[in-house]
Amino acid sequence: MTFIAKPKIAHPSLPRNPLGMTRRDYEGALSTLCAGCGHDSITAAVVEACWELAIEPQNLVKLSGIGCSSKTTAYFVNGAHGFNSVHGRMPSIAMGANAANRNLHYIGVSGDGDTLSIGLGQFCHAIRRNLNMLYIIENNGVYGLTKGQFSASADVGSKAKKGETNFQPPIDAVLLALTLGASFVARSFSGDKEQLVPLIQAGLKHKGFALIDVLSPCVTFNDHEGSTKSYAYTREHYEPAIHTDFVPLQQAITAEYAAGATLPVVLHDGSRIVLRKLDASYDPTDRAACAATIQERLKEEEYLTGLLFFEPGQPEFHDLNGTPEGALNAVPYEALSPGSAGMQKILARYR
Amino acid sequence: MHPTDTSHPDYFHKVVDCQWACPAHTDVPEYIRLIAQGRFTDAYMVNRQSNVFPGILGRVCDRPCEPACRRGRVEKKPVAICRLKRVAADYRDDVTSLLPKIPRLKNGKHIACIGAGCASLTVANDLMPLGYEVTIFEQYAEPGGLMRTNIPAFRLPQQVLGDEIGMILDMGVDLKLNHPIQSLRALLKDDRYDAVFIGSGAPQGKELSLPGRSEGAANIHIGIAWLGAVAFGHLDKIGERVLIIGVGNTAMDCCRTSLRLGAQRVKVMARKPRSFFKASAWELEDAEEEHVEIVVNRVPKSFVVANGRLAGMLFDKMEYDIDADGRITAERVVSEEFEAADDVILAIGQENAFPWIERDLGIEFDQWNVPLVDLKTFQSTQPGIFFGGDAAFGPKNIIWAVEQAHQAAISVHKHCQGEPISERLGPGMNLQSRKMGMHEWSYANDYTPFERRLMPHVSLKERFKKLDIEVELGFTAEQVAAEAQRCLNCDVQTVFDAKLCIECDACIDICPVDCLTITANGEEAELRTRLKAPALNTAQALYVSRALPQTGRVMVKDEDVCVHCGLCAERCPTAAWDMQKSYVHWPLAVDEARAAIEREPKIA
Repeated sequence: MTFIAKPKIAHPSLPRNPLGMTRRDYEGALSTLCAGCGHDSITAAVVEACWELAIEPQNLVKLSGIGCSSKTTAYFVNGAHGFNSVHGRMPSIAMGANAANRNLHYIGVSGDGDTLSIGLGQFCHAIRRNLNMLYIIENNGVYGLTKGQFSASADVGSKAKKGETNFQPPIDAVLLALTLGASFVARSFSGDKEQLVPLIQAGLKHKGFALIDVLSPCVTFNDHEGSTKSYAYTREHYEPAIHTDFVPLQQAITAEYAAGATLPVVLHDGSRIVLRKLDASYDPTDRAACAATIQERLKEEEYLTGLLFFEPGQPEFHDLNGTPEGALNAVPYEALSPGSAGMQKILARYR
Repeated sequence: MHPTDTSHPDYFHKVVDCQWACPAHTDVPEYIRLIAQGRFTDAYMVNRQSNVFPGILGRVCDRPCEPACRRGRVEKKPVAICRLKRVAADYRDDVTSLLPKIPRLKNGKHIACIGAGCASLTVANDLMPLGYEVTIFEQYAEPGGLMRTNIPAFRLPQQVLGDEIGMILDMGVDLKLNHPIQSLRALLKDDRYDAVFIGSGAPQGKELSLPGRSEGAANIHIGIAWLGAVAFGHLDKIGERVLIIGVGNTAMDCCRTSLRLGAQRVKVMARKPRSFFKASAWELEDAEEEHVEIVVNRVPKSFVVANGRLAGMLFDKMEYDIDADGRITAERVVSEEFEAADDVILAIGQENAFPWIERDLGIEFDQWNVPLVDLKTFQSTQPGIFFGGDAAFGPKNIIWAVEQAHQAAISVHKHCQGEPISERLGPGMNLQSRKMGMHEWSYANDYTPFERRLMPHVSLKERFKKLDIEVELGFTAEQVAAEAQRCLNCDVQTVFDAKLCIECDACIDICPVDCLTITANGEEAELRTRLKAPALNTAQALYVSRALPQTGRVMVKDEDVCVHCGLCAERCPTAAWDMQKSYVHWPLAVDEARAAIEREPKIA
């Protein structure tokens, strides 16, 4: 953390988005995380993504549970709505908020402890309901806030800072999400913003549950030799399989892609995601094959990264439940109140 | 790009824009920090070390530092560096005990300095502590040169001038007043002097030969001579309507002085539009505050004399076509215009003049009668004869004269000691960490969003009552506190150690001005476009690291608008970034003397 706040002064030629806002306008409060924490980089990536998408801050909802990761919602987009919930219960709060107002962007930030231990059930059910939100796991393999115990995502054989080895197998959020039917499953690394920023943009624009499991080294308790989630280890063992380019609605696709290796996908609002295969044998549309390949590569101690599985067009929570079109607070009184005649009819049903 | 070579003193020196722009390399951020701490005497001495006349320069310096100030690129206005220097001088204690000690035993070498202006005084200041005996010859009854004759007392009080000149004279300088040198040959003849330094300035005002010049001569004055006459009290009034020809800093002094001698309507006549004015922006501002009218696009045509007395001047009224780069592409005369005037003051430039140097002494002159002087050593073509200040390369500001005199003093010293004068010590650089603890630095690293403080002035009603009422009142204590905090501490350098970096991006995310990027290396022009904020100011360097250990990419810092807040270093988990104070060491004569002692064989 730092003791002085980031000064308000900015680069004189800082670019502005269509709303007239600079990147700096999407920042939040001063981070109190350790200096060098991967989470702060993810925060910066979220800031960058929201700025580029020109999201109006009042149309963004930030949700989190408990843990180092869950503190970070305070560090981006000051003007957004925020809810810091009970440990592991963020998906419930997101559920409720989303049910009440489907027109906002929902971004949940959670950690490996918050998601894969105490909140595992909530996480699974949010996927099952295909809740329209971006769910970011800031995954560092340790409980940083309680001084570095192994978390449920710690790999077998990984060494803690004090030297003990982890023997329990990890829960892999990506594999879990694939088996639960998630339609947008990605893995990334806090140290690779070129990959992470477009993923966050795509995730925010994806209709339905979007998961990004971000490897985010804990610089204080899990950045040593023997750790499988350190900066050095992650850089050596991470393998981008699919690169995602997010192309906003107004913009033409300018990059040239080799035929056969790209997969452009048009999203519901007309913006596009272009998946670029870095690993020719990898098919991000075949759920079973994806799961198998990811698992295989994990055994070889390799993290495949990128938008690993993508299946747009799945019905999300509101589609499945036939909820009203707009936000509940915008439903007119006439529609909400049956009137005295209508009330009589309803009561008659119970007589 | 190759990794930046920070071992060369110039690299970090250049980051301190003010110090780099200052001819005398004054350690500006250091003295501003001392002022912020209330250590005015120490701040004064830091100044005196390099620029010798802090009280004088704090009022009248041409301040090349301020246009260079990084604050001016981050915000609109630079730090009021010059006026903070004055603060140090105004609030200092007695510095006698801090001045260099003068050895009682002399080294047997005699130096003659011609002209008691800032250049000669600086030579004396540098050489007296080394045991030299310095004699200064001055044509007037008082020392100070153009600082006394040409800068009006309402800008530079006699007291301040006297104090700072006194510090040097009190070192035991033999000052010969009312002693114009008529012949250099005569001075050299008796072989008394081991070296001669000529710091006689540029005392010759330029003439404007137009019809009517001789007929109206009684009321046509040469600016610098006229200012001198006023300074020495030979002149105390002027006509009601005054025209000033020229629009440089001397013109500004002439028009403002005229107002104090009784002129009612003063007009400054400029040939060209405002963007071509030679006067510093702040001097123009100060003159216009006193209701001096500046008339542009008027080319003098003739002096009009009626009944044997100057009646005014005729001008051609001009029109200019100016292109996008601000250059004149065409000009034409639109009409002729008469301006009535009782007096005209010519302030169209000045030059050095050496009628007293015989041309057969081995000192070569060029076709314009300017002596050939070595740019580094300031030696003329005759060994042992040196020039400095305006006498060397024509009119510039005091601060240039001081630096040239520092360099000339080194040459004089080496000449007298029989050392080759062109083999000189180079600049040095020291870096020292400012880290005090986890998140603590021994400088105020937070950015202070204050705007530049305005210098309070004596009211227009009061200031004309006497010729020597200093117009600028100096900053108040509150203004000093605020203005000092505006300094960005550019001398507290961001120093990067690539081998410690784990590429966590923390520094990049926290940098408020987006000056850091980790990226693949490339050629400079191309790399500049790929940074987090494009580095458009090519006058400012990119600081490129060695390849980073984990990915082989490089850390690139664009020095342009770094506010030296130290957040990169605070955020860095491995201390790959550190904040280190840079000390630029710019050698003076005393350093050459010390180096010579060190070179001597040691007795076991």
